[in-house]
Amino acid sequence: MSDTATPRDQGRATSVGLRKAKSRMFEGFMWLTGIVALVPLVLIVFYVFKEGLPAINVDFFTQTAPAPGVPGGGMSQAIVGSAMMVGMATLMSVPLGVLSALYLTEYGRGSFAATIRFVAEILLSTPSIIAGAFIWATVVLLMHSFSAIAGAIALTVLMWPIITRSTEETLRLVPDDLREAALALGVPRWKVILAIVLPTAGAGIFTAVMLAVARGLGETAPILLTALGNDFMNLDPKLPTDAVPLRIYNYAQSPIVAWHQLAWGGAIVLLVVVLALSIGARILSDRQQRRLR
Amino acid sequence: MSQQSNAPKGETLTEAPVRRRLRIGDAVFRDTTVAVSLGLIGLLGSILFVLLVAALPAFRAFGVWGFITSTSWNGVTDTYGALPFIYGTLMTSTFAIVLALPISVGLALLINEVKSGWIRNPLTVLIDLLAAIPSVVYGLWGIFIMAPFLNTYVEPALGATLGQIPVIGALFQPTPSAGNMFNAGIILAIMIIPIITAVSREVIAIVPRDLREAALAMGATRYETIKIAVLPYARSGIVGATMLGLGRALGETVAVAMLIGNGLGIQASLFAPAYTIPAVIANEFREATSVGLHRSALLALAVILVVISFFLAAVSRVLVGGSVAKTGKPEPLLDPAEGDVQ
Repeated sequence: MSDTATPRDQGRATSVGLRKAKSRMFEGFMWLTGIVALVPLVLIVFYVFKEGLPAINVDFFTQTAPAPGVPGGGMSQAIVGSAMMVGMATLMSVPLGVLSALYLTEYGRGSFAATIRFVAEILLSTPSIIAGAFIWATVVLLMHSFSAIAGAIALTVLMWPIITRSTEETLRLVPDDLREAALALGVPRWKVILAIVLPTAGAGIFTAVMLAVARGLGETAPILLTALGNDFMNLDPKLPTDAVPLRIYNYAQSPIVAWHQLAWGGAIVLLVVVLALSIGARILSDRQQRRLR
Repeated sequence: MSQQSNAPKGETLTEAPVRRRLRIGDAVFRDTTVAVSLGLIGLLGSILFVLLVAALPAFRAFGVWGFITSTSWNGVTDTYGALPFIYGTLMTSTFAIVLALPISVGLALLINEVKSGWIRNPLTVLIDLLAAIPSVVYGLWGIFIMAPFLNTYVEPALGATLGQIPVIGALFQPTPSAGNMFNAGIILAIMIIPIITAVSREVIAIVPRDLREAALAMGATRYETIKIAVLPYARSGIVGATMLGLGRALGETVAVAMLIGNGLGIQASLFAPAYTIPAVIANEFREATSVGLHRSALLALAVILVVISFFLAAVSRVLVGGSVAKTGKPEPLLDPAEGDVQ
């Protein structure tokens, strides 16, 4: 190492001391990175609650978007819209995701399965704006209208690969002994999968769904390009629909200061739900892994 | 499964229909999963196909190279060029990577080196939570809390110090803009740290114990062990992790759209406003009608973005996958550290 072999370096003690000091400095750097990475998390959570709590009241959950200059108002239309679109997207992406994961773990062999896995991995990194642009260029332009259903399809594009990937991981934890025991009893393969494999991996699949839902709830760009947003309550999936992240995005950029407060209130709702889903998913998957290992 | 084909000859007549029904059940179920899996390939294919077809008029009118290198983005004259958006996207993402990479690798090493679980586990969980925060919340916090702080304190200070250095000083020339590439790059860095950390942590965790122990047995300090044994082994995986982070940064929409100032100029200073590909798509899709080339030009930008993203994802997957696959076979003990042994 260059730092140990300078010509003036007489005693070994100095160089060892130098190397130890360097090592300690590096350890200091590692701890520093831990602090640097956690500061934003603390600051974001702190400010979201500090700025947003005053906006949280009954009106926030029962009223729709206020007209400019009118005080009060709430986000009920956005909360309902988010629930509707993420709900529809979950109904579409869970069967798709679980079935493709089942193919990969139960049947997939060779280069075809490897290709599917590779494609799923690539899709996992689809920028969310691309999912939005894709559905805008197809569903929205063909239907001649922004709509909740288009929003749900755009979210499905993002959630399907997520569910495929995490379900595949969880299905791999199901011991082969279970499958073989059932097969040896003469149970057909599809029954083995439905009656043994899926129930065993149940908690893990639920975890995968929770993570996908958390992702779907937080997405702004795909919803913007497909569902557009709506100031009023809308329950018709064929019409433009609002969502919480979209409302936050619009309010934060508006010049009306009263709306900024509503944006922070929306951020609390979003943050609490998304973090609860992520933490819940983590606890469930830890428990599941301990059970299966 | 071959059990059907070598079933005993003397099978009774009553058994046969049952068997056939079971076999049909199996075939149907299997084919369903295959069809759905093919759907993934279909999805990828149709994303590329639809965007490409929709972008064709713009590419035809300006030429692919002409579109990429033109700086004009003008709805009145109906001429469109991608360069300002490509520039803004690459500048913010590169800046974000420069900030996030050392922090993420340090963090990944920390999580692997620290032995006490009561620090490591909460640290891992908290970093993962950082990844779960929706990007619009980052944007909201960025625009009202972080950007005013950076604009008032950090940017003037950097302008007065780094801004005086020749060459790299050009990056830190003050401008009056509140929204700029510096703010957008910092929020992106915060957003991609958990991604790069998570993948780096995985590839660092699988560095064989033998390598570490060999280095330690030679009297290497912890820093030297990391430098000669851990990092060389994990290098390609960390590069893959960085590409994953880069892909995420390139595609980030709302947080960047809120912070970057959305300006069409191409300026060297990080303190100048700029525009990114996702941001311009999100801001202009409403006005983009089928009359003229505006819509097609926006979707041509989407094509550029998706090609870069999928390419980065593919390379990253090969690098990280290769790094993980290496552990399957025993490694020659000193091989990765060879260059450093005197």
